[in-house]
Amino acid sequence: MSMYTRGYKAVVAVPPLLWVTVFLLLPYSILFCYSFWSVSPLQVIVHSWSFDNYRELVRNPIYALVLFRSMRIAATVTLLALALGYPLAYFLSFFATKRKDLLYQLVIIPLWVSYLVRGYAWKTILGSDGVLNGFLQYFHLTHHPVGFFLYSPFAVILTLTHIYTPFAFLPIYASLEHIPRNLLEASQDLGASPLRTFWRVVFPLSIPGVLAGATFAFVLTLGDFLAPLLVGGPSGIMISNIVVSLFGAAYNWPLGAAISLCMLLLVVGLLAGVERLEKKLSYS
Amino acid sequence: MTPLLSIRSLTKRFGEREVLRGVSLDIASGEFLTILGESGSGKTTLLRMIAGFEQPDSGEIWMGDERLDGLPAYRRPVNTVFQSYALFPHLSVRENVAYGLRAQGAPRAGIFGRVAQALAMVKMSEFERQSPARLSGGQQQRVALARALVNRPKLLLLDEPLSALDANLRRQMQTELKSLQREVGITFLFVTHDQDEAMALSDRVALLRAGGLEQVATPREIYNHPETAYVAQFIGHTNILRAEVSGGVACAGTIAWRWGGSAYSNGTALFSLRPEAIRVVPPAETGLPSEDTVRFRARVATQTFGGASDFMEIVCPDGQRLRVRVPSGSSLEGEQRFEFDLLDAIPVRPAGSAAAAATTPSAGAPSTDTPSTDAPSADTPSADAPSADVTPADAAAAEVAAADTPPAGEGPAQ
Amino acid sequence: MTSADTKGQKVPRWLANYAAGVYAFLYLPILVLVIYSFNGQGIGGFPPRGWTLNWYSILFGDAELWNTVLNSVLVALAGVAISIGLGLPAALALDRTGFPGKAIFRRVVLLPLILPGIITGLSLLMFFVAVGMKLSLFTIVLGHGTALISVATTEIFAGLQKFDRAQEEASLDLGANHWKTFLRVTLPNLRVSIIAAALLIFTLSMDEIAVSFFLIGRENTLPLEIWSRLRRGITPELNAISTLILLFSIALIVVWYRLRTRTERGVQAAPALTPAGL
Repeated sequence: MSMYTRGYKAVVAVPPLLWVTVFLLLPYSILFCYSFWSVSPLQVIVHSWSFDNYRELVRNPIYALVLFRSMRIAATVTLLALALGYPLAYFLSFFATKRKDLLYQLVIIPLWVSYLVRGYAWKTILGSDGVLNGFLQYFHLTHHPVGFFLYSPFAVILTLTHIYTPFAFLPIYASLEHIPRNLLEASQDLGASPLRTFWRVVFPLSIPGVLAGATFAFVLTLGDFLAPLLVGGPSGIMISNIVVSLFGAAYNWPLGAAISLCMLLLVVGLLAGVERLEKKLSYS
Repeated sequence: MTPLLSIRSLTKRFGEREVLRGVSLDIASGEFLTILGESGSGKTTLLRMIAGFEQPDSGEIWMGDERLDGLPAYRRPVNTVFQSYALFPHLSVRENVAYGLRAQGAPRAGIFGRVAQALAMVKMSEFERQSPARLSGGQQQRVALARALVNRPKLLLLDEPLSALDANLRRQMQTELKSLQREVGITFLFVTHDQDEAMALSDRVALLRAGGLEQVATPREIYNHPETAYVAQFIGHTNILRAEVSGGVACAGTIAWRWGGSAYSNGTALFSLRPEAIRVVPPAETGLPSEDTVRFRARVATQTFGGASDFMEIVCPDGQRLRVRVPSGSSLEGEQRFEFDLLDAIPVRPAGSAAAAATTPSAGAPSTDTPSTDAPSADTPSADAPSADVTPADAAAAEVAAADTPPAGEGPAQ
Repeated sequence: MTSADTKGQKVPRWLANYAAGVYAFLYLPILVLVIYSFNGQGIGGFPPRGWTLNWYSILFGDAELWNTVLNSVLVALAGVAISIGLGLPAALALDRTGFPGKAIFRRVVLLPLILPGIITGLSLLMFFVAVGMKLSLFTIVLGHGTALISVATTEIFAGLQKFDRAQEEASLDLGANHWKTFLRVTLPNLRVSIIAAALLIFTLSMDEIAVSFFLIGRENTLPLEIWSRLRRGITPELNAISTLILLFSIALIVVWYRLRTRTERGVQAAPALTPAGL
């Protein structure tokens, strides 16, 4: 490191630091401040400091209700994403010798397709005169359009699982790829069947990847507000939708900031916890 | 005596390349057998096939009356010590060693006792609870050994286990391995490219070249009676003399000697002459050489430091270059007389022209000196008909090799 | 070397089928979208009838939509400039210097990618209001640029690891100063990383909604335009534009992937980065 002069170090470090301070730290600080302010009946932000917003969150059951629903949805999506992503990653890592590259790219491509596009696609599929209903009726499996496909928590879960499964897949795949193959051979050499080898060797070593994938899926789902708006309907509202409306029609920025701050703390806490767990479990 | 492991005509092809060409070998119970070969010779492939990680294209592997080659690796009574140790990073040393016992459903109560025993055997008892990541290479290797041995396999495979260690540690481990094998009595099948290692450790050595066995014999036998030029050159140092044989005389350039092996009654033959077999004739000596001594003249070219003795390169009048071992620091120059004993010129076949014997040594395990040179060695009975896959160095030699094996005569037997 | 082939292992039937099923799930909606963009009867219904290019012709005549596409492209390009312009020195700083708060800096820079987008969007909104800046495409540019810095940083940092430090030492030894060394030695070596990062940032910016949602002024970006039309009702024209976006994304990702794994075999290089950043 000594070949880099102080001038060099200053030139590379200062601009990004400065920018990040101004455009990230400062805004987050302002968010923090807003959460303690309030809004007057005349729709003016009042800069008086209090915990009123937080009290409101605790007192009013609707926030807890929506928050828990959001967390339930996030947990469900995470589990489904893992259930889909893990076997896929396992298949790709251990069995896909010839077309591995291609198959891997095929998993990534949906990630790059616009979120909106994918959400919209589900909307067209799940609607009352959507493709799914048309399909069912065409084959005489149902006679009337099924209503709950769309505008329900079911639709939100389905859409979000679709969107976040590749996110879960990637770190799991990376961790599986990192497992030295001779460990598998050693395990079998010592008399362990393939099933036992998976359970005792492969899976434990893939846990860091699983944790990372689960964290991404959970955090991103929790903060998602588009899918509920597209396919959720009134029963599919999640916590971020409340925030959005507080910054929109239900003009109450301070309250919205308070909820956002809670979300931020929750997410940061979760990430820190997972990171600590990962450090304990890391073996390389 | 039935062999422990019987390998019959294994072949394996990777794409275009034929990695193993009809290899057959018997391994006796309790012996330490090394498969020696260069990289690419197929030795690792052979080992992996016995372990169960590769399937042969054709051929069979038998252990007693159980056929192994169809079985998956986890059902074979064979354990492997890997070149890279392959210890499980997420398990402690103790759990690593216990892994095989657990997998095979050994009674829980006894597991830790057996683990402790195995670790004591490799002198790693104090590391029981440690994580493998914190061990040095040599320590990991011992744990890998314990992990394999604790299962009391019928056969232990060792895939170049010492290649990652530095020279001193390596020598130390060789000694330990050898005494461990004696103590435990398990059959060891050891793979290496290091001939010194092979010669030091083994009861028998199987030299593999390009997918075929060149020779299978005890270390002493393989050194003193190499069957082919390749064996002679691979193991230790040697000079290969290309001699014209006619009328009972072998003539290699300006060196000639009496040789009556009938197989080579006419034509070209290859002889291996080790550098240590050539002596310098002191200028003072004036007498004639004895009947069994061959003398010739050559000019000293270079002398190289070789540790306990030096290597001297000499040039014969016809341009032939030979290497001679001389005492360290001898200062010879110019033209000198050299001599060697007749019996030290060992006829060898061209590389690859031997189908090495597939039978076990008649006497079982420990290494013994070979019988004297006037009988065919007991270790390699001539079950080896000249094989079809001959790759002769030159056409004349092929003609020679296709003939019968010579009766025991004045020349050393094959 | 990490991965190797498990030669000779047979795929369990159920696993192969399961994997195929997951792929089907991932691609089903996309396929439906594409197919129905040609459907004569518009969206919905089954099976699709009446193959037509009608929706595409409507799409191409929709000036308003293409306006927003232009906006998005401009924003994306500007976003790329900012992200790389700051991400590159940041990567160098992380790689080569130690400074107080370095660990914190690294985390803070990553936050916008890990946190739900709305938090970053909201914070920036409040910031601009506090500062008195009017919302417009410019504020969106600032938002995207900031949020995506860490994508550039991560990608370029990875490229730095593969880069042989000795080359820079040689350059300095031969008399070039730091700036020249940077221009002639460091930068060319980072070319692949920078381009890969640029592609990724471009795509992310084109699709960005969460942050843009709060920072939008009078002009829309493409996703937001699609969004507002969606609120009004679904039209097959949107299928058509979605299909085009899909094709465009596929083209970009193929290029990105080729670049990313060009210098090394295998896929272990690529998983280090996703659109969300890892």
